[in-house]
This record gives sequence, C-alpha cells and structure tokens, in this order.
Amino acid sequence: MFNYFLRRFGQSLLVLIAMSCLVFLGVFAIGNPIDLLVNPQADEIERVRTTAALGLDRPLYEQYLTFLKGAASGDLGRSFVFGVPALELILSKMPATIELAFFAMVIAVAIGIPLGLVAGLRPDGLIGRGIMAFSIVGFSLPTFWVGLVLIMFFAVQLGWLPSNGRGETTLLFGMPVSFLSWDGLSHLLLPALNLALFKLSLLIRLTRAQVREAVLQDYVKFARAKGLSHGRVIGVHILKNIMIPIVTVIGLEFGSVIAFAIVTESIFAWPGTGKLLIDSINQLDRPVIVAYLMVIVTLFIAINFMVDLVYSLLDPRVRLGQSSGGGR
Amino acid sequence: MTLAHLHSVRKMRLMSFICLGFSILAITSSVAKTKAREVSIGLQAAITSMDPHYHNVGPNNSLVRHVFESLVHIDENQKLVPGLATSWKALDDLTWEFKLRKNVRFHDGSPFTAEDVAFSIKRAPNVPNSPSSFATFTRSIADVKIVDSHTVIVKTTSANVLLPSDLAVVRIISKNVGEKASTEDYNSGKAAIGTGPYKFQEYIPNQRVVLKANYGYWGGEEPWDVVTFKMLTNPAARVAALLSGDVQMIETVPTADIVKLSKDAKYSLVDKISNRVIYVHLNQSTEKSPPFVTAKDGKPLDKNPFRDLRVRKALSMAINRDAIVSRVMEGKAQSAGQLLPEIFFGTSKKLKPQKFDPDGAKRLLAEAGYPNGFQMTIHGPNNRYINDANIAQALAQMYTRIGLDIKVETMPSSVYFTRASKLEFGFMLLGWGTESGEQGSAMRSLLATHDTAKGMGVTNRGRYSNAEFDKVLSDALVTMDEKKREAMIIKAAEMVMADVGLIPLHYEFSTWATTKGLKYAARTDQYTLAIGLKPTK
Amino acid sequence: MLGLRPTSQPSAKMATYVQTPFGRFCREFAESRLALLGLAVLVGVMVVALAAPLLAPQNPYDLAQLDVLDGKLAPGEQSMGGKTYLLGTDDQGRDMLSGIFYGLRISLSVGVMSTLFALGLGLAFGMVAAYFGGWVDTIIMRIVDIQLSFPSILIALILLAVFGQGVDKVIIALVAVQWAYYARTVRAAALVERQKEYVEAAKVLALSKPRIVFRHMLPNCLPPLIVVATVQVAHAISLEATLSFLGLGMPITEPSLGLLISNGFTYLMSGKYWISFYPGLALLITIVAINLVADQLRDVLNPRLKK
Repeated sequence: MFNYFLRRFGQSLLVLIAMSCLVFLGVFAIGNPIDLLVNPQADEIERVRTTAALGLDRPLYEQYLTFLKGAASGDLGRSFVFGVPALELILSKMPATIELAFFAMVIAVAIGIPLGLVAGLRPDGLIGRGIMAFSIVGFSLPTFWVGLVLIMFFAVQLGWLPSNGRGETTLLFGMPVSFLSWDGLSHLLLPALNLALFKLSLLIRLTRAQVREAVLQDYVKFARAKGLSHGRVIGVHILKNIMIPIVTVIGLEFGSVIAFAIVTESIFAWPGTGKLLIDSINQLDRPVIVAYLMVIVTLFIAINFMVDLVYSLLDPRVRLGQSSGGGR
Repeated sequence: MTLAHLHSVRKMRLMSFICLGFSILAITSSVAKTKAREVSIGLQAAITSMDPHYHNVGPNNSLVRHVFESLVHIDENQKLVPGLATSWKALDDLTWEFKLRKNVRFHDGSPFTAEDVAFSIKRAPNVPNSPSSFATFTRSIADVKIVDSHTVIVKTTSANVLLPSDLAVVRIISKNVGEKASTEDYNSGKAAIGTGPYKFQEYIPNQRVVLKANYGYWGGEEPWDVVTFKMLTNPAARVAALLSGDVQMIETVPTADIVKLSKDAKYSLVDKISNRVIYVHLNQSTEKSPPFVTAKDGKPLDKNPFRDLRVRKALSMAINRDAIVSRVMEGKAQSAGQLLPEIFFGTSKKLKPQKFDPDGAKRLLAEAGYPNGFQMTIHGPNNRYINDANIAQALAQMYTRIGLDIKVETMPSSVYFTRASKLEFGFMLLGWGTESGEQGSAMRSLLATHDTAKGMGVTNRGRYSNAEFDKVLSDALVTMDEKKREAMIIKAAEMVMADVGLIPLHYEFSTWATTKGLKYAARTDQYTLAIGLKPTK
Repeated sequence: MLGLRPTSQPSAKMATYVQTPFGRFCREFAESRLALLGLAVLVGVMVVALAAPLLAPQNPYDLAQLDVLDGKLAPGEQSMGGKTYLLGTDDQGRDMLSGIFYGLRISLSVGVMSTLFALGLGLAFGMVAAYFGGWVDTIIMRIVDIQLSFPSILIALILLAVFGQGVDKVIIALVAVQWAYYARTVRAAALVERQKEYVEAAKVLALSKPRIVFRHMLPNCLPPLIVVATVQVAHAISLEATLSFLGLGMPITEPSLGLLISNGFTYLMSGKYWISFYPGLALLITIVAINLVADQLRDVLNPRLKK
C-alpha cells in the first residue's frame, strides 16, 4: 500500500514536470504577452523595460529553470497581469469553482443515477423512453447555448434567479461557500444546472446501460429466484455491481467538470478559476496558466488515486498494485 | 435579481441614516432597486489592480479615476480641464508651472500638497512588476521642483507640448501612504487613499470593485452612496445583467442588442464617437509578394502590389463604408477619412471618407497591372474591436466584387497581435485609440517611417514610408505654438491620406445603456465613470 | 425488443437462429421502430450533407454570393435582389438554410472523423495497457493521466492557437482531446475482463497475446465503449461549437453548425432567434438520430443481452 502510494506520487511528479514544460512551450508558441500587456501607445523603451521586468528577455529554457527552482519552494511565479503571486490568485478563486463543480456533480448524481436506474429497469416503458429522450437532448446542446437559454428564461423572462455572479458567501470550515444562504444559492442554481446537464445525461445513459446488463446476470436471476424483494435486488445487488464503472466515470468527470466550468463561468460571470484561466489565456498570463494547470493536475491525480481506492473496495478482484502496473 | 449582497444590506441600514435628506429623491427616481442611492455598473474588461500606477490600460485608468485624481482632468470631449491643478502654463520650452488646488484633503484627512505631486510623478514610472508602466507619460520630465506648498515647476528634457495631457493620466497619491505601500496594499485597500469623489471599499479581481461616497469631496457631493462595478467580460452576460436588473448601467452594448434596447422604454441608450479608428494596414515591407498575397493561381507576384498607390487607392474605394456602419455596426460608428474624428485636435475638415466606387476601383487595379485581380487573405482579430470578425468578412465580400480572390482568417488577439507585429500578414485589420486626442501622435505611431530608436512609426505594421510626410510631421511635433502646430499636423494628415498610407474604415462609437431614470454623460475616451452617471430627476 | 427482456421466451429467438449473422443483425435492429426512424433521419441528414451543393439555394462559403446589406433578414423576408430566404439570413447575409446544409457537412465529418480516430487510438492503447500490464501499462497510463489532467478545452485551445484554423486542425485537436478518455475506459473494462474465465481459458490454450486481446477481450469491452462513443460524437460536435464560440476552430467564412450557433448567440437576446435557433435544431435532430441508431446498435451487438 505504502509502496503503491510512493510510486504513484513519483509518477505524478513526472506528470507535473512534463506538463509545465508543455505549457511553457505552448504559451511561447501562441504569442508574446508583451504585445497584449503594454499599452499600444507606449514607446519602445517601455516595451523593452516590461520585457525585462517580466523576465521575458531571457531564453525560454532559462525562464523554465527559474520557474522550476521557484516551484520547488512553492513559488509558482507572479501573474504578469495582476502582479500578485499566481498561486495565491488561483487559490482565492478555487473555492468558487470547487463549489460550482461539486454542486453540479451532486445534481448530476442525484438526478442521473435514479433516472438511469428507472430507464434501465423499464427500457421499453414510456417513462424509460422519455428519460432517454431527455438525456439525448441534454448532451446534444452545447453548454454555452444552454447557458444563455437558461439566463434568457429564468433570469430575463421570469426574473426568478439572478443572471450572473456569485451571491453572498458564508464561511464553512474556513472555506467561503454560497449555498448556505438563499442569495448565494439562487446565484449558484443556474450555473450549476448548466454545468450538470451534460454529466447528468451521461450518467443516465451509463447507469441505464449498466443496469440493463446487470439484470441479465446470473446473480440477479439467482437473487430473484431466492425470492428477495424487488427493492433489495435493485438496492443491494444491482446498484452495488453497477457502481464500479459509474464511480470511475464520476471520478473522471469531476475533473472534466472543473475544466468545463470554463465555459459556464464565463457565461454566468462566475468568479472561479475557469474564468480566470480563459482571461489568462487571452492575456497570455503564463504564470497563472501554469499555476492553474499545476493545481488542477494535482487535484486530478488526487481524484484518480481516490477512484482507484474506491475501485478496489468495490471490486475485490481489482487489486491496487495491478492498476499501476504491478503485473500479476 | 437583487442587489442585496452582504455588505450592501448592512450598508443600506447605515445609509438610511446618512441620507435621510435624499430619501425623497431616491423614492421619486424610477431607478429599480436603488433605495440607498446605490448603483451597479457592468464593465466589459477586468480591472487588474487598484494601484493607479501599476498598469497603464484604459479600464484601470478609468476606474481609479473615482478614487484618485490628476493635476489635469479630461472632460467628456477629451478637452483638458483643471483637476488638482487650478491652472498651468509653459514658462518656456522646457518649463511648466502648475498652481495646485487649495483645501483638498485625502480620504484619510491629510491635506493635499505639492509634496504629493512630486512623489506621485516619481513613483508612477517605477512600480515593481508593472506590466505596462506610466513611464511613457513621465519620460520627458527631468525634474519636479516644489516652489511652495501649492505650486510646482516641471522641467522637461525636451520640448513636450503634450505634457499637460500626459499628466492627466498620472494619478496623484498621498506621499505619506505611498512611501510605504506596495501594489498589494492598494489592492487590499490599505493604501488606496486618494482625493477623489469615491473611497475604496472592496476589490476582488475578476469580480467586482465597490466604492463608497467621499462626502467631503472638494468638488461637491456625488449622487451615489455606494457604487459597485461588476466585471462582465462576456457581452451577452452583460446585457442579461442589465435586463434582469442586476446592474443599472452597462458599457459597450453589443451591437446586436442596440436596436432592441433602444426600442425598449425601460432602458435608455447613449453613445458618443470615440477616439478609436478601425483601419487597415497594408504590408509594404517586402519587395515582392507580401505574406498571404499571391496571383490568382497561387504563384508569388513579382512586385508588392501594396507599394502601388493605385492599388492602395482601389482597395479603399472598393469599401462600402456606409454599409459597414449601417449593417455591421448597427449605425454605432462613423465612416472615417483620417485617424481621428473632426472634433479632435489636428484633424482636417477637408478629409472626408473615401467614396464607395467599385468600378473606379476595378479601373485602378487594371491600370496598376492587375486587370484580373489577385488573391489575398484578410487577417483580423476576433475579440478585440467591436464586431471585428464581421468587419473582416464584410470587407472580403466587397473585395470579391472587384475581382479579388479573398480568404478571411480571424483569430484571438493573443495570437493575432504578436503575428501582426512580426509582419506575418499582408492585409491587416487593426484599430487605434488615440488617448492624447490629437492626430499628430496617432500619425507618429502608425504612419511615420518605422524607427524604434527615434520612437517613430513604432506601430507602423504596414511599414509605409514617405520621407516628405515624415519631415512635416516631425517638425510639427516639436512646434510649441498651438495654432502653428495644428496647421502642420493637418498638412501632414492631408498628405498621408492622399497617399493612402493606411485605409481608415470607421470610428467606433462607445455605447452605454442605463435603466430609465439614469443619464450618463457619454465620453469620447471610452471611460465609464460613476461620476458622469446621474439620476434624471 | 424481444431479446432485451430477460424473462422473454427463448423459443422465438431460436427459430431465426439459422440466418446469416448479418441478416440476423438487420432483423434485430429493425425490431425497434424508433431506431428505424432514427436511421431514416440520419440517412436523410447524411444525404443532405453530402448533396449540400446541389440542394442549397446558395453557396454560403462563396463570399461573392453574400451581401452584408441582406444581413439579418427574418425567415421569409425578401432580399434587395428579390430572393426569399426561407430561414432568414445571418449577419453577413448568408442564407441560413444553405448555411445549415453546408454546416451539417462540416459538423458531421468533424464529429465522426475525430471520434473514429480517437476511438481507434484509445482502443489500441487501452487494450495494450490492460493486457500487458507492467511498464507498458505504467507508461501508457501516465501519458493518459497527463492528457486527462489538461482541461480538454485548453489542449484544443493551445493546439488550435499553434496550428491555426481549419477542419483538419480541429479534427486533430479533438482526437488529441478524446483518445485518452477511451483508453482509460477500455482499460478499466479490460482489467475486469482479464480476470474472467474465458481469458484464462484462452491462455491455457496458448493462443497468441494479440489474438486474445483483439479477438476475445475486445468484443467484450465494446458495450461501454459504444455508449461512450455515441456520446462522444455528439460531444465532439458540441466541443467544436464551443471552440468556435471561444474564437478558435473553423474559419469564420466557412461556418460549421457550431459556428453558426455561436454567431447567432449574440443575437438571441435581441429577438433574432433564427440565426442561432435553426442551426441548433439541425444539430439536435442530427444528434438525436445518431443516438437512436447507436442505442439500438448497442443492444443488438451486446453479446450478453442475448443469450
């Protein structure tokens, strides 16, 4: 177990280094931040000064080494645009994104799995088909389009919910959250729904497919034959067995929800990391982009790790050592 | 839907005491949800700092203007008016005297004196980590002498006729506070102490800035107790925020929504011609085919067509500017014949927009040796200027009608400007906002022969070069006499426009939409200021 | 739908067992009328996409045929030239109907091509990783991790920023974004399969590794993949739209459905719904049809659903 953890950690470190290297090259390939940062009215002296001040006059590998040296001591550099430490900037925006992603995932799981279960048990019924039709619509429409329609309908036409921004926040375990007050919740609802819709549809389909396979398995037939109640068959036997792929997907999707929050955040002006990232890409604010990715990758590796753990708990046939290449 | 953020709820109670006298005003004004004289404004750009000397960009310069002031202020039409200086004059070519306003106090109660002016001018160009410093505005300054507590003498290294307008951008901070403060202290509010009509209350990057009234303001009281600026960079989100009542004013109304909003009785729209011209640079740097320009069969041309005046003129004549203004811009633009609208300094009354004449354009192309046209790609940004990608497409349509083969490639500004500066394009759609408000500086950046050492033609991405024009322009830039200088700038402008040094398309309008019952004094410098926003009754 | 019900009598199935596998496949597919309808619509959409140049009243990519003065006409309104536009025009004066026909062509090819390439790539890597384990698995899965830890939008954004615009570039970017996802799903499924008796049996029979992987394990890993892949075709099309929305992707003069939607996005609030609505509808119909067909395909192909 400890070995497994250590190996995983070492691998993750490699991932982080490889990735930061790629981002450095990527941003370098896109363009020169100086062209965006410096006021176009400024003279050449000012451009040269800024280039030097931001360290962009040195060769790329040197800039990268400086970054690595800083990163080793926890300093991911200063934002070109805001002039504050990039990590600080991201961490200050992180709670908003996590809350949004988490809430979206809760909506997706809370609605998606029961609906998928129903659709899987009654695949030919009107309800089952209706659910599937909904799921198809759900992932057919681009997120940004759905977002605007939600705003049009709930905020502009009906005036029930605010169109953008984050509401009142309260501290919960030291983290500012907004779902504890009506104002905060009302701001959270639309973007979370927008973000959840795609995952919701995915979960419905996945659960349905799994359930339909599970009901044909011998253990379910056997359980039925034993005369177990319908509820118990579903609750214990089917649900437990379909959980493996579903947990994998939920784990994987949580990362992608955080990433996809980029679009939702920029439409709903939700002050999270996704919006910060888009702005930073538009401004070529490299330290923020790199730091963002570092934080996300770290988070992601942690999630993957947990998925593997849960996996091994749910399915005793999968042992931890194997999933990281231990052989047999 | 509601403005009741935590702070504003608390504030409302407090305010109800303070502004009893204004309550009648607040009730009678039909502004939705502004009980405690509060207003929220949706901005299109992010404010990157509350340090007035950190980042020299329009949105920041505009926002900090509420908290900090300058010696010289700029009015709605970009004319200079007294600010913290009551008067100024040039004693000789290199010496300026500024008389300072008396009885002005900073938000912390300390008096404003000449010390603060000298300190601010010294700090402005030297803020650590600044991504775009204010050095451009202070470079000509050799020394600031304090004559008495309310008089300063500014010495310049060379004749700088634009010194007052340069200093209009340099905000005055308190020396006592500023000496020990870093940019972070301004962002947190600790050091954000100025003389302006509003005090700092809260700044959250990429989210909002909250200001509260400075009741002891020397210029009289403002109509708002609390002003919240929300950063709504997505245009649709900005409009949605206005429609749903989250904000009472937005800047840069998307053209798509202008017709609808102007018809809706619940909102009012104001606009004003801006100092930004949208234009085309034609890459004349190469002997032969410029990048992305070829013969119709894809072979390179044996000479650069853009070096031929007839081709440049034809490309200008082929543009139906009225169609772009009325259709693409929904009327919120004005066809351009030079680099600044006629209301500005140094603009010629004779320079009218080129007449639309596709047949004449064809004839000129044939004369120049391209009877069958050629092939080129129009490059432009897609997130920088108002409707930039649509303008590029409309241009493409117009050029296909004079027989050219056209492709269009638009890209985000993060990619576009770096490549444009490297002269990787042939036909470039660009824009230029002249912050100084006089045409000489625009021509100096865009049309003078490229020479970074001399600071001439720094942004001349077409590499247009005309020695005769250069001479007239550089003479004009050092002429101290206003009248003479203006005449020379006009002469230079008329020369360069006759030679089609670049192709001006139109001047953008800045637009603002407010809920009914509010009125915004529209500005040419594209600033969005709560200072200009008043209830109508 | 007979084979789908676990308790249904097996006799009906037995009777038709003598047919060729393909004949059986067709018959089973035709059991769902909804799937047939989906197939019909999908074929229709494909015909429209392929024959767009013949069907469309205008070539929306030929700038000489567009006039900005005819921009934003409502459906049914007449242009200055006296032409009537059934579904109106966009801000450049592009006939929406023609735009949708041509856009379908691009969106479909982008969605299908990128999914196929990504699927192929992901399948190969995922199976190899799961079966061989050891350092092969480690290396592949670490690459997958790198890949998946980038937000997909960011990879696409950087790739497209570097490459520029164009259909081929968008496909490359979408493949780069999606392959790792398949690889991981396949590996997860294969890891479970590997433990099963039939693989053990195949090993005992000393069958070659590739044969075990691709002939025996692969078919059993397919069902979850088909679910994911159908979702991903839709996803690819919508991701392409999102990229266009963010200003990268298709050249603006040759809009895909996604780009048409995002162009119309700005006009949604001002009541000019048709610029965004009709392409959205076309996208919806296409994807629903794809999914109806794919759903049934999965049921028919799933070896475990028919015993």
